[in-house]
Amino acid sequence: MLFQRHPTFDGGVHPPQSKALTADLPIRQFPFAPVLNIPLNQHIGQPAIPVVREGQEVERGALLAKPDGYMSVALHAPASGVVRRIGLMPSITGKMVPGIYLQPFPGATQEVQSGQPCNIETASAEDIIQAIQMAGIVGLGGAAFPTHAKLKAPAGKHIDTLIINGAECEPFLTNDYRVMLEQPDEILTGIHYLLNATGCRRAVIGIEDNKAAAAQALQTCLSGKHTSLTGKIEVVVVLTKYPQGAEKMLIEALIGRQVPRGGLPHDVGVVVVNVTSAAEIGRLLPRGLGIQERVITISGPAVNKPGNYRIPIGTPLRFALDYVGVSDSITEVYLGGPMMGQALPNLDISITKGTSGFTAFTDSQTTSPHHVFPCIHCAYCVDACPMHLNPSQLGLLAKHGEVSKMAEDFHLFDCFECGSCAFVCPSHIPLVQQFRAAKAEVRKMAAVHTGADA
Amino acid sequence: MSALNKTLQIRTSPHLTAGYSVDHIMRHVAWALLPTCGFAVFIFGLAALITLIVASLTCVLTEHVLCKQSGKISSVNDYSALVTGLLYGLTLPPGLPVWMVMVGAIIAIALGKFMFGGLGCNIFNPALVGRAFLQAAFPSAMTSWGPAMASERFSSVPSSLLAWPFQAPDYSSWADGVSSATPLALMKFEQQLTQHADLLSGMTTGSYGETCGVLILAGGTYLAIRKMLNWRIPLAIFVSAGTLSAICHYVSPELYPGAIFTLFSGGLMLGAVFMATDMVASPMTSKGVIVYGVLIGVLIVIIRNWGGLPEGVMYAILLANAASPHIDALTQPKVFGSQSKASSEGPE
Ligand code: SF4
Ligand code: SF4
Repeated sequence: MLFQRHPTFDGGVHPPQSKALTADLPIRQFPFAPVLNIPLNQHIGQPAIPVVREGQEVERGALLAKPDGYMSVALHAPASGVVRRIGLMPSITGKMVPGIYLQPFPGATQEVQSGQPCNIETASAEDIIQAIQMAGIVGLGGAAFPTHAKLKAPAGKHIDTLIINGAECEPFLTNDYRVMLEQPDEILTGIHYLLNATGCRRAVIGIEDNKAAAAQALQTCLSGKHTSLTGKIEVVVVLTKYPQGAEKMLIEALIGRQVPRGGLPHDVGVVVVNVTSAAEIGRLLPRGLGIQERVITISGPAVNKPGNYRIPIGTPLRFALDYVGVSDSITEVYLGGPMMGQALPNLDISITKGTSGFTAFTDSQTTSPHHVFPCIHCAYCVDACPMHLNPSQLGLLAKHGEVSKMAEDFHLFDCFECGSCAFVCPSHIPLVQQFRAAKAEVRKMAAVHTGADA
Repeated sequence: MSALNKTLQIRTSPHLTAGYSVDHIMRHVAWALLPTCGFAVFIFGLAALITLIVASLTCVLTEHVLCKQSGKISSVNDYSALVTGLLYGLTLPPGLPVWMVMVGAIIAIALGKFMFGGLGCNIFNPALVGRAFLQAAFPSAMTSWGPAMASERFSSVPSSLLAWPFQAPDYSSWADGVSSATPLALMKFEQQLTQHADLLSGMTTGSYGETCGVLILAGGTYLAIRKMLNWRIPLAIFVSAGTLSAICHYVSPELYPGAIFTLFSGGLMLGAVFMATDMVASPMTSKGVIVYGVLIGVLIVIIRNWGGLPEGVMYAILLANAASPHIDALTQPKVFGSQSKASSEGPE
């Protein structure tokens, strides 16, 4: 080939990366907050069931709550301390959710209790899957889907490829990048566990080309320390383009399979696991531990000391931002990066397993409320949509309230709100906002409808 | 802690924009038209300057007045009316009376744009609507071409330009200069071929802005690089019109001109690069724009070769504009994952 081009998907956009702020800063340990607020449900599925009582003293790493059924994972103490209260606490949705208030002992050594190790040589697939559940591992890229629950193919399906998502396409976030640079060994060990658990013959690690150093680190470690895996694991550099980290886009870029509409990676024989989740599996399983902390990026123009931090689960966001310092002109804080991150109404939430980072902005740097022009049919959005929808048409229909037409004829529910369309729109139409509202409307109509039928 | 107790703003994601904006795009289109406008003034002199200024001002004023009348905020600062005015002015024949220029400009905005609901809602390219109206209302004035490169073009204006409304314009002044029959008319009615060198350099007569294909292409390339113009449309027009006329020329060289002549004569360049690419009136899908471009290219050659008129660019584009919503409907992109069906096993 004359021009060697990294594989990618159709569509997508190129927002400014803004990763230089934190990319070269090594992961640093975050101090313990005076009180950790640990929600019982940090994942998609059933909340965990507490196994401690109020007033009980726990050691770091001890089990705080056990999984409630298959779609649930365990929860461990991020610090040695005392359980102050089990009760309601604020969450990102605005609702109060049940959780554990843990007060770390100030002078404690914070030594970690070791558990029952999961030996990679002898453990069966079932053993590994259970160990992953008991280690409390969920999708650390932000989805927070219990990792063990996707490792077993549903009846009638067959999984042949494990994809490790190291794309990290959100601007500002560098937590996955630092993990790849600093923990390649643990990532590869984690992949080893995952290969054994799924029975896949190969694993493909997808990394955007702006993180070539990470790909290099993994490659070096693979040919150095993990020679037994060299034939099975492939590191593939993909084009830097948003939203390359979306599961469906990454699968297409790496192995050319399109997940069918409304389907899951299983449907094309694939399991996708985030690279930091793989690192945690490789770090925790050999020692029989559970997740107590995670790596996050705190960045953005309004942060004084941006960086990558290993932060205890349950650290209140207010404490975290106070520690890194924010500028007085701060106006917005997003959970995650600025493309898909949700804007926080207040700082009362705490860091959970699915938190990949926070970005804080002052007014001047973000979308100030622009003048909205009518749609000029420039088709920028059509070219940008990675799902090949027609956002312009959807936007026009939304304006006229034709939500059922949006859903039936223009595939509203294939939109995963990546924001590429609104990002490029020269008319500054709040497309994603319209689509969210329309989806809620359709769901409400469907609920009313089934209610009437019953 | 004080900064942490501030009320935060909540907006929906994405929180970044690419920084494009409608007025920004329109300004760039206007800039891309400047070389062509400059060349028009160079070969047609004061007449071109006056016409372009009158056309633009009338369009902008009409837009402003209509917005105010209907109680909307004036939309002139999105520059779209200015672009319409410039484009419209560039399609007019040299020496067209100023009052006609104004009538057409009002029609372009009022009928071509405002009647459909303003920016973004027009089905046809407004500039061409204005021109089509003039063509129907004043057929003889619209086919009388002042000569290019007349020696007194910077010191005086042709008397026709200042004709009173509803008086027959007088075309007798400006006798010298390049022949005042357009290359297309020469070809059609006298089977006389203009030199390719003249065509390429734009030293022929024709509408103010259509003669110099090279400058039009330069402006178009600039916009295409800035992604403010869909290059697939002009390319599809060039390829389809060029191929079809090359075939006709091969079959019967004395009757039909070859590809180069077709592409660089008349309004093809200006139409293909700046008119057909009007974002509002062209299709949105990547397949749709190819169909649209080919349709325009083929229609142009059909009208030129077998129709009664020497020129067909305007009608070809207007027809394709009308077809573009249907082209869009037929070429909707295939939603991601709609080809592959949920299989029970991986394809391996
Ligand atoms: S937000 Fe939805 S419609 Fe817009 S680009 Fe992303 S997937 Fe497409
Ligand atoms: S990007 Fe905006 S203006 Fe352009 S077609 Fe899409 S919705 Fe319309």
